[in-house]
Amino acid sequence: MAELTYRAAVARGIAQEMERDPNVVLIGEDVAAAGGVFKTTEGLFERFGPNRVRDTPISEEAIIGAIMGAAMNGLRPIGELMFSDFLATCWDIVANQIAKTRYMTGGQVALPLVIRTANGGGNRFGGQHAQSVENWAMAVPGLKVVAPSTPSDVIGLMAAAVRDPNPVVFFEHKKLFAAKQEVPEGEIVDRLGAATIRNPGSDVTIVALAAMVSVAEEAAVVLAASGVSAEVIDLRTLVPLDTKTLLESVSRTGRLVTVEENPRLCGWGAEITSIVVEEGFWHLDAPIVRVTTPHIPLPAAAELEDLAIPSSEQVVAAVQRME
Amino acid sequence: MTSASVDESTRLAMYRDMVRARDFEQRAYDLFLEGVVQGTTHLGLGQEAVAAGFAAAMRPTDMTFCTYRGHNHTLLRGAPMPALMGELAGRKTGICGGKGGSMHLTDVPNHAMGSYAIVGAHLPIAVGAAWAGVLRGTDQVSVCFFGDGATNIGAFHEAVNLAAVWKVPVVFVCENNLYMEYTPIGDVIAVEHPAADRASAYGLESIIVDGNDVEAVHDIAVETIERARRGEGPSLVEAKTYRHKGHSRADPGKYRPDDEVAAWLERDPLTISRRRLEADGVAGDTIDAIEAESMIEVDSATEATRNAPPPDPATLMTEVWADGGSEWRN
Repeated sequence: MAELTYRAAVARGIAQEMERDPNVVLIGEDVAAAGGVFKTTEGLFERFGPNRVRDTPISEEAIIGAIMGAAMNGLRPIGELMFSDFLATCWDIVANQIAKTRYMTGGQVALPLVIRTANGGGNRFGGQHAQSVENWAMAVPGLKVVAPSTPSDVIGLMAAAVRDPNPVVFFEHKKLFAAKQEVPEGEIVDRLGAATIRNPGSDVTIVALAAMVSVAEEAAVVLAASGVSAEVIDLRTLVPLDTKTLLESVSRTGRLVTVEENPRLCGWGAEITSIVVEEGFWHLDAPIVRVTTPHIPLPAAAELEDLAIPSSEQVVAAVQRME
Repeated sequence: MTSASVDESTRLAMYRDMVRARDFEQRAYDLFLEGVVQGTTHLGLGQEAVAAGFAAAMRPTDMTFCTYRGHNHTLLRGAPMPALMGELAGRKTGICGGKGGSMHLTDVPNHAMGSYAIVGAHLPIAVGAAWAGVLRGTDQVSVCFFGDGATNIGAFHEAVNLAAVWKVPVVFVCENNLYMEYTPIGDVIAVEHPAADRASAYGLESIIVDGNDVEAVHDIAVETIERARRGEGPSLVEAKTYRHKGHSRADPGKYRPDDEVAAWLERDPLTISRRRLEADGVAGDTIDAIEAESMIEVDSATEATRNAPPPDPATLMTEVWADGGSEWRN
């Protein structure tokens, strides 16, 4: 066991897969000798060389278009978008080309590719470098959506994403890059579509993702002190969505709070809520509560950004307001 | 341009290809009016020489990327005509099972890697596919066709630049038919030639070819494809041509001056090719036979399409994912 940061876990996860499969390649802005602006690809260029780890121009359509073409012709490419906000600059390639091509061609084309991108707020970067946009990807049929919350999950889910024969958008949370965890040596391979119960409980289910998982866990600690037993579920992937774990938990607790960093309207918590209302309604003892970022662009100033992004205090208050 | 640069069998094969593309698209037009072909069509009538000249210069494993005006390119890479006709008509027999339609004809077994309906989007995709071929040592070249209008979109510039910087084996072919949709391309560019005048910005040679002369196209195709295969990087070819019809089914093309249309019809690539073959001593019977065979093929594909069932309703929910299904939850 060695202590590993979330940031270093990204590079380890990619290296594990590049070592295993010569068809795995990585391209993006500053990912090679520079090791990535967040240092998430450090050492890969030195280890795997310029054919497999390549810098690109600042050309997001070219980066993501190129990995699509590469996937069509036998590689298993990983493309990095420096910030998830930049998905908007290549959304045509992501949503119109990558997501739809298999279906539109009647299954002729396989696209085993991974789009990695740094997502989420908390770093005072302001409106164009801090959004949490995993719900954008979730809204498009044909994309798998992953957002790990721990270093170990980064490695295991990266492996699962690279090995998946479908396009995967892999959201790495900027606020978590420095987070540390003891991680075992050797290969780690997880699977997509399995949520994890981070904290078992019996009174309320709190569903979270990525940086919101630790927010939910902090809330659970506070709630425990006041005698409320909160179960914290880390969804880990939005597509495929592990509704079994979710519905089973709600059937025991009878209460549900979703904690999401994306803005209010059409956030993933709304879909979770819809599923639980349709399929778990008779288990519910109280209305479902969604804790979200308000429906605003993110501000830069610390005091404002902290007000915008859900906090453990907000989660505790939401639970305490429930009957 | 001397016809001696291409052997006779290749010239006849290219003529056959042009005739097949012409007849197929003319039939698609007729079947649209009849209500058999659905949705929309973007016909390449008049532009067959670009498709035929390049197709004849490509190896079977070379990859074609084209646009929504891609019936001719897909057909001439070897896609079975009944499957293309079936796709236009939304039948079970369609090459994409009826899920793609006219604008998304794809035939991966013949390396027709897709028809893309968002202007310019496929240029970076063609670059990535060609790059993958280099890494895997497959010796493949990508040929990527697009219209003059695509030269004003970001993806064009991003892709040509990346291909040039990485020396990727891709040939970009601008089919300059003088109109982006309804607006003359000359009204929306600051240079004379939409592709050729941009080439120098990416360190590429400025190449213009008569896109209605199949042999001229073939010559430039051989040269640029072999350059790509030698590892010398991409080329950007501007083929000047003209579409005989409007942009799409909804467009009668009335914005084009009558004398301009007449002049280009006079330069019909099939007429040019047939005249040249005859002048070089190819028997009229030989050419007539090619034309008759093509019509038989088109009639047969039409008959098959008329008799084909619609897609199985169960296929609505298939092929989102590689496991064949569309499930997003457990």
